[in-house]
Amino acid sequence: MANIVVLVKRVPDTNARIVVNGNQVDLSAVKWVISPYDEFAIENALQHREAHGGSVTALTLGPSDADKVLKDAKAIGVDEIVRVWDDSWGELDSNGVQIALTEAITNLNADVVYCGKNAADTGAGSTGPGIAERLGWASVSNISDVSFDGGVTVTAPADGGSAKISLPTNVVISCDKGSVKVRKPNVKGIMMAKRSQVNVVSASAPSASITFVSHSPPPAKPAGKKYEGASSANEVAKLLRDEANVI
Amino acid sequence: MSESMIIAETSKGIVSPVTAELVSAAIALGTNPTVIVPCTDSSIADSAGYDGVAKTIAIKGDCFTNYDASSWASAIDAVMPSGSIVVAATPQSKDLAARIAAKRGLAVVQDVVKIDGKNLTSPVFSGKAMQTVSATGDFVISVRANIFQSASEGTANVSVIDQSGDVATAVQEIMERASARLDVSEANVIISGGRGMGSPDNFSHLERIADVLGAAVGASRAAVDTWDEIPHNMQVGQTGKTVNPNLYIAVGISGAIQHLAGMRSSKYIVAINKDADAPIFSHADYGIVSTWEETLPILEAALSSMMS
Ligand SMILES: Cc1cc2nc3c(=O)[nH]c(=O)nc-3n(C[C@H](O)[C@H](O)[C@H](O)COP(=O)(O)OP(=O)(O)OC[C@H]3O[C@@H](n4cnc5c(N)ncnc54)[C@H](O)[C@@H]3O)c2cc1C
Ligand SMILES: Nc1ncnc2c1ncn2[C@@H]1O[C@H](COP(=O)(O)O)[C@@H](O)[C@H]1O
Repeated sequence: MANIVVLVKRVPDTNARIVVNGNQVDLSAVKWVISPYDEFAIENALQHREAHGGSVTALTLGPSDADKVLKDAKAIGVDEIVRVWDDSWGELDSNGVQIALTEAITNLNADVVYCGKNAADTGAGSTGPGIAERLGWASVSNISDVSFDGGVTVTAPADGGSAKISLPTNVVISCDKGSVKVRKPNVKGIMMAKRSQVNVVSASAPSASITFVSHSPPPAKPAGKKYEGASSANEVAKLLRDEANVI
Repeated sequence: MSESMIIAETSKGIVSPVTAELVSAAIALGTNPTVIVPCTDSSIADSAGYDGVAKTIAIKGDCFTNYDASSWASAIDAVMPSGSIVVAATPQSKDLAARIAAKRGLAVVQDVVKIDGKNLTSPVFSGKAMQTVSATGDFVISVRANIFQSASEGTANVSVIDQSGDVATAVQEIMERASARLDVSEANVIISGGRGMGSPDNFSHLERIADVLGAAVGASRAAVDTWDEIPHNMQVGQTGKTVNPNLYIAVGISGAIQHLAGMRSSKYIVAINKDADAPIFSHADYGIVSTWEETLPILEAALSSMMS
């Protein structure tokens, strides 16, 4: 029996257009979803439960807006949904996020944590390994496949290829897309999720040593050159050597 | 001047060239860098000497045989002096950076592409915006490749420290990549195919060009999802790998926003697509409107004659 926690984060839909307004992104018009890699984390967590027994708790850190992704996780099949937040928090840097999530995970008596390899907004990939360090646990990141025969074995990238790695009980597993198909919510799940309650908990978080300054649009590229017809490949090859100096 | 610790990038028992770029990044932070080389054979640190670096510390331990985040972090932390920490933004080093940052109670900023004093800029929202943050005290950063100039080589003044770490995870089996070809996350040149390649067999045309250029072969998600022969580790994009090579050649790829998320920061982008309106052309430095069937043989011939 395993007490499994899966981290889910609310992020803008990856199809959303991100507009920088003044010196900050304007997210008022975007649709919000579960961060894509967290969907793989949820699926792996559910398979863990099905193989070894136990329960899955989805945990998010965020204001009440984030309840929606927890309910989405509930509809997919997690047992409990918990949100950690404290209105007194100021800006949180990686330390703050990790310390607060670690406190919540400890209070949930988790045995194992699944999360995404990175969040679609930060792109960082810091949270899984950072939490593992704070829990004093092992961690493995960017895993593509998990097998639950006997213990827990994952496939992860290794120098020159990939490796099959067997994991101890207490571990944080950061999930890449693998060969698993993520399940979709069914009608019963959606109905249950509607009626479910988010358990809101508090935790302490230190003030940030890394603080936000500004957002800006990505550097504009000069307009490229476009050619018609296959024979222009000769010209492009020359430009790659003489203009771009990349070959 | 405050101190910084560069954790050298190593692969297959050598110190990777990107380490020289980290030296320039550390100097841009206004810090005085020391290079740390985690290794099983300390002689590899002899090549890790750079202009502007007074000291190289080789940390030698059996735990560095395979990557295990907790043992690497504890072995390095035990002997690495304090200061800000700079690593390369490769998947493994980003992971290590996050663990060491947590161990030392420091905040971490990943994928830094610009340093201006203590202001650090990195892509957010899959490259659809850039974010600048300001750091106080010591901090940990990972730095993207191909952005900072390489520091010139110097003599390495190496001290060797033996250190062990308790390995928490057990590697049962290493599966070498089937081909000798580089992985997309390691390559400076990538040629990728999409659904427009028509069949997985046609990827052989991309492989031939990859052989000429010493490139890695990548793929769109549509290619990976449609054909079992194209493995997920080739996928570039939102739910695949993020790459920033010097040259990215997209063949039969439409340029969906999730694909762009993984490759838009490439220095030069070439697109080959038969549809003149394909979105990929808005991001290409050089676009060729034509079928790959007609274009790739000509491109291969032109590149072969240049490279020989
Ligand atoms: C949450 C989420 C995550 C995603 N993550 C990723 C990701 O990581 N990576 C990714 O790539 N996609 C991702 N996608 C999918 C993405 O939206 C696109 O569906 C995908 O990138 C399309 O792949 P494609 O360009 O190969 O195929 P298509 O869009 O079908 O394009 C094929 C192109 O080939 C061209 N073509 C056809 N025949 C020829 C020919 N003979 N010669 C030359 N050109 C030809 C066509 O004109 C067309 O432009 C994701 C989607 C979602 C919703
Ligand atoms: N605020 C959060 N709430 C819940 N999970 C989070 C949060 N931030 C990060 N995570 C988890 O950590 C993963 C990596 O996030 P990041 O380190 O920001 O790239 C995400 O995919 C989530 O699984």
